[in-house]
Amino acid sequence: MALTKSELIENLAKIESTRKKAGEILETLLEIIKKKLENGEDVLISGFGKFSVREKRKRRGRNPATGNDLILSERRVVTFNCSPVLRDKIN
Amino acid sequence: MNKSQLIEALAKEENLALKKAEEIVNTVFRDMEKALIRGERVEIRGFGSFKIKKYDGYQGRNPKTGEIINVSPKKLPFFKVGKELKERVDIV
Repeated sequence: MALTKSELIENLAKIESTRKKAGEILETLLEIIKKKLENGEDVLISGFGKFSVREKRKRRGRNPATGNDLILSERRVVTFNCSPVLRDKIN
Repeated sequence: MNKSQLIEALAKEENLALKKAEEIVNTVFRDMEKALIRGERVEIRGFGSFKIKKYDGYQGRNPKTGEIINVSPKKLPFFKVGKELKERVDIV
């Protein structure tokens, strides 16, 4: 069993009037976070963790299936660092 | 951006009282936290997913002093970025 949007919406609907409204608010919340990351800004949720954007330089890689050399171009990726508070709760 | 700025931005965009926006943001992250503590996966379409990865304990060394230390087994949430967010963040 995995936690999905529908369960999050269900719980938000207890605070907000309707499921529809709760769904809209969840999408807005996620969109705010995504926009920040898209602009290269980190998003820090204290007690949970930090989402950061990292610039990866161009590097030489290898196709693990064929063993052929290939060039991996510059990329920007999202990374997540777990907060020590959450880490302690999980362990 | 930190959590209080996220709360402010949500309140503004959705026309909510700050208190309400705070409750909403806290509920969302608390739900995710509870799932992870139970060892459950979290799957948010368009954003990403979290799952708990187990790491074995190992004998390590303090790189400064060379002293041998035992690193105990641990569990950490691993975040895999979703397709939409991945594409939006990457350089086009």
